[in-house]
Amino acid sequence: MRVLLNEAQISEILDSISQDIASDLGSNNNLVIIGIRSRGEILAQRLQKRLSERLGKEIPCGTLDITLYRDDIHDPQNAVPSQVRTTEIDFDIHQTTVLLVDDVLHTGRSVRAALDALTDLGRPKAIRLAVLVDRGSRELPIRADYVGIRVDVNPEERVQVLLKETDQIEQVLVE
Amino acid sequence: MNQTTKTDFQWRRKHLLGLRDLSRKEIEFILDTARGFEEFSTRSIKKAPALRGKVVVNMFFEDSTRTRNSFTLAASRLSADVIEFTKTSSSVNKGETLIDTARNLEAMGVDIVVIRHNAGGAPHLLSRSIKACVINAGDGFHEHPTQALLDAYTIRQIKGSLEGLKIGIVGDIAHSRVARSNIHALTKLGAEVILVGPPTLMPAQVQNLPVQVSYSLDAVIDKLDVINMLRIQFERLGGNLFPSVREYSHFYGLTVERLKKAKPDILVMHPGPLNRGLEIESEVADGPNSVILRQVSNGLAIRMAVLFLVNQAAVLEAKDSHP
Repeated sequence: MRVLLNEAQISEILDSISQDIASDLGSNNNLVIIGIRSRGEILAQRLQKRLSERLGKEIPCGTLDITLYRDDIHDPQNAVPSQVRTTEIDFDIHQTTVLLVDDVLHTGRSVRAALDALTDLGRPKAIRLAVLVDRGSRELPIRADYVGIRVDVNPEERVQVLLKETDQIEQVLVE
Repeated sequence: MNQTTKTDFQWRRKHLLGLRDLSRKEIEFILDTARGFEEFSTRSIKKAPALRGKVVVNMFFEDSTRTRNSFTLAASRLSADVIEFTKTSSSVNKGETLIDTARNLEAMGVDIVVIRHNAGGAPHLLSRSIKACVINAGDGFHEHPTQALLDAYTIRQIKGSLEGLKIGIVGDIAHSRVARSNIHALTKLGAEVILVGPPTLMPAQVQNLPVQVSYSLDAVIDKLDVINMLRIQFERLGGNLFPSVREYSHFYGLTVERLKKAKPDILVMHPGPLNRGLEIESEVADGPNSVILRQVSNGLAIRMAVLFLVNQAAVLEAKDSHP
């Protein structure tokens, strides 16, 4: 097990990503942020806080549960017990630019599910993707627009993002 | 909201036959899952692909409006294909047995059977005879689990929790599967249940149930946080169980006058269909304390959750048997 990022580094990365996002999308009047449950939700809230301060306006922020859209729920080889949770997006995403946020980008399957779920909520003008860690090994043609850190890890290794709100400590681990 | 940490709990039942055998944890898991389906009605596309390619059959051997349509819509919103089966237009009229009918439907690739039957235990029998998932949509006087789940969900949604609430169930308890399932669900979730009705409409062995019994609505109405008015089931009342509908209505009907004695925030519930003016006055059914239509909306979320969960259990069972 090794520590990839500590608390200060996570915070620095979020500062630098939000700077990039602000300069790319800041002039956009219809920017909204949506985090994928559950770690993406927390990262989305932190980016929302930084971006709202930086841009001097309140950016809407919501949470997306992708369980119903996963491609493994019918697959007896890959199915894992999963719990459906709430999607909490109390604004209309039609014609907005959605900044989709997740903790780790790996196979790309969660993002694929999230894109389908968003499409059922409305038709955004554009969707951009921000992730804290891109660990490679993609199985689908998906890439992120904003990446905190890129790492090469073995397929059997697991990248784990631990955040204070849910895990009491703040670390990114490879184990 | 509801930032509960991940639990190790796994739903592993591929049938929902009743609530008597379910643990508190299992009941809470269904209610929590249903929360994820509540916002569907507000979406631009009211569908998710969770049951795409699955076939659900509604086998209704008794009349139903709410439950049947609710299951059909719930299955459609999860992208399942739905076959509607009714006793009157089927080969049951030619003498085909329940099991044969179900096996034939299963041979067409049915994944989930939703059954309502006038015989208590019919869903259990079915679950032992076919491979598909079985959901009980009401069997005889026995159970109606999804109704009790949506009742519990509605109470929890408004009151926050059922712990310590006093909930009255009023009417024909003896012939009510809604009452039986409600007793199991509500007491497991920590509520106190008071059954109210004439002695002739109380079930035998009522003393063995974890409930209190009152023969007078006026004596208990001021204590209740929730009152669930059961329908007078004329189709099941063969004998002389009460003297007259008017007399019943006089003692056990929920009138505006009677409601004045209740707590101001009492929830008025009814499983439908309403006999307006008999067990419930129109002004009460349509009044500010009534959550009757909310029960119907919540029923959809509950049934989506149950369909999703039994299917998931079936997929996991298949995974375990073919490692």
